Amino acid sequence: MQPIIRVQGVGKQYHLGGPATAYTTLRESLMDLARKPVRALRKNGKSSSIWALQDLDFEVSPGEVLGVIGRNGAGKSTLLKILSRITEPTVGRVELFGRVASLLEVGTGFHPELSGRENIYLNGSILGMSRKEIEKKFDEIVAFSEVEKFLDTPVKRYSSGMYVRLAFAVAAHLQPEILIVDEVLAVGDYAFQQKCLNKMQDVSTSGRTVLFVSHNMGAISRLTQRCIVLEQGRIVASGPTASAIQLYMTSGLLQRAEFTKDRRPNKAIGLRRIALVDEQGEVRSEVPYDDSLRFVLEYEVNQPVTGTSVGIAMYTVDGTCAMVSGDFDSHPELLGMRECGSYQTTVEIPPCWLNTGRYTVTVSIANASSGVVYDHLEAIVLEIVDTGTPGSRHGVKRKGVLQPLLDWTTKLVSK
Amino acid sequence: MQSFRLPAEPLVVIQPTSRWSLVSFKDIWAYRELLFFLTWRDVKVRYKQTALGAAWAILQPLFMMIIFTIFFGRIAGVASAGIPYPVFALAGLVPWTFFSNSITASGNSLVGSANLITKVYFPRLIVPAAAMMAGLVDFVLAFVLLGVLMIYYHVVPTIQILFLPVLVLLTALFSLGVGTWFAALNVKYRDVRFALPFLIQLWLFVSSVILPSSAIPQKWRWLLTLNPMSGIIEGYRSALFGLPFDWPALGIASGLTIVTLLYAIYAFGRVERSFADII
Repeated sequence: MQPIIRVQGVGKQYHLGGPATAYTTLRESLMDLARKPVRALRKNGKSSSIWALQDLDFEVSPGEVLGVIGRNGAGKSTLLKILSRITEPTVGRVELFGRVASLLEVGTGFHPELSGRENIYLNGSILGMSRKEIEKKFDEIVAFSEVEKFLDTPVKRYSSGMYVRLAFAVAAHLQPEILIVDEVLAVGDYAFQQKCLNKMQDVSTSGRTVLFVSHNMGAISRLTQRCIVLEQGRIVASGPTASAIQLYMTSGLLQRAEFTKDRRPNKAIGLRRIALVDEQGEVRSEVPYDDSLRFVLEYEVNQPVTGTSVGIAMYTVDGTCAMVSGDFDSHPELLGMRECGSYQTTVEIPPCWLNTGRYTVTVSIANASSGVVYDHLEAIVLEIVDTGTPGSRHGVKRKGVLQPLLDWTTKLVSK
Repeated sequence: MQSFRLPAEPLVVIQPTSRWSLVSFKDIWAYRELLFFLTWRDVKVRYKQTALGAAWAILQPLFMMIIFTIFFGRIAGVASAGIPYPVFALAGLVPWTFFSNSITASGNSLVGSANLITKVYFPRLIVPAAAMMAGLVDFVLAFVLLGVLMIYYHVVPTIQILFLPVLVLLTALFSLGVGTWFAALNVKYRDVRFALPFLIQLWLFVSSVILPSSAIPQKWRWLLTLNPMSGIIEGYRSALFGLPFDWPALGIASGLTIVTLLYAIYAFGRVERSFADII
């Protein structure tokens, strides 16, 4: 069958440290020119660069729902940005045989001062709907968003839930032939997420072609038939969803007990290393059920920062968040000033607590109030091995994120 | 399942664009509704939460006119070609205010729309164009003020007023050219934000807003014609007050407007593809 999307030899190179990564000021350019006239004219020929994507070749058939999975930094977002024409590939060619709408975020272009009604028109138009289409779908959008009563209120007075519902409602009523969706489902409350998932399922069964990127393996397996797995900018696997997820979760590529950044972070605060270690400090990726999970984090502060938190989150294979924890939980004073220097921090999750199986650990360094994110990455994939859990001792695999060994107190109170 | 037939040729081909490829006007036409919506948004939002609202469109040129009248009309006694100085000054200030506001808005528009540009595709030229178009609404309001003042001073327009739409178009195109060029520069050099207000202040003095170009010594007048705004503003006065047109100056202004606009579109197109990576 003729494909609707054809990707041929696509690659994307980013320059690091060059003018491509950050805006420059005229003064800097002039200074450069004065200092090293020849090199400046040759446009930072020496600056380092990385290939965020390389040698991508794949095709998508009409009506197919393709999942794109891969760790953070594997190149998923870059691929979506190229397909939605936000950024250009450095090499290669993409052919699209249909109208594309991309949904890399909900509420793109929403203006806080405008009313809900006005934003439906504005946002719809930004996403590529014609005014006629918007008018035709208007009532449906409003009904889906559940904000009828506040249609004429500026969206800046909306609660974040209402805002997200309205934004998703507009996006969900796009009628392109190809729909490109990034993790937008990670929004709103549980019930609304389910509603979104259902809507997405409708979209995917209505004959439209969908490219869907998510960390949520549950959503991926529910919505897609086929997946490509990206790793360091290349496709490492492609095939039916079930086997791709299996591969993604279990390949040796993905078992990782330590994560180190080669480059010194050139930001106010940045991660250098995180590792899962045993009692002697040796790195390991498999932890017995009855041993604690010990994490060592190293980070650097280059400019004094305040209000920052360093935290980890653990996710199960199907993308459920098992827990989130931050260094300021037990030490609120860390939200004050952090001086410049190198830091090491350790944290332990008690033994006989989490269920056995595979987990991914995300590290995040962010400003707790402003929401500025300095680092956010999936750093570790670990396995809690069954060395005798309450369930397995009786030959059962117990359900749940937790499989705690609890102290039950039982008294005979009457006879 | 398949609800439509696939076209034989791809609708869109994405590949690295060459240095010289121009902005696709077909694309811009396809997105004309977005241009309308973004203009409408800018107009709607501009005076939200201001106490005086759209009155600002009139107050800005009005107060400048009063100040100019006191300092240049009364104290310095500027000759104003037989037209009462307040009307003379306002006829220059109305297009000037449109020009200066619209290049400021367009110049900052791309950087201000970073969240749009990194999330969704559309021809980027629409962003500075919408910023310019939004200024047209203020322009029309300010013209009403000018009309009132002309009636008050009994300045009667002649048939030459029919030339006004051409001048408005010329002003809009020149503003678009300058604004677009600054918008592209601003992505790479944030100096633009600081340089622009300063540049506009200086530009005002060489744009025949305060003095008629006839007040400039003959020897230097050719320099003034190199500034399209000077020719355009003199053009407005000729059209409104029935004064003779300075055709050579208007011709040069039109030529320079086209050159500026084409260069701006070229410069914009060259950086357009990397906006999302730089912003």
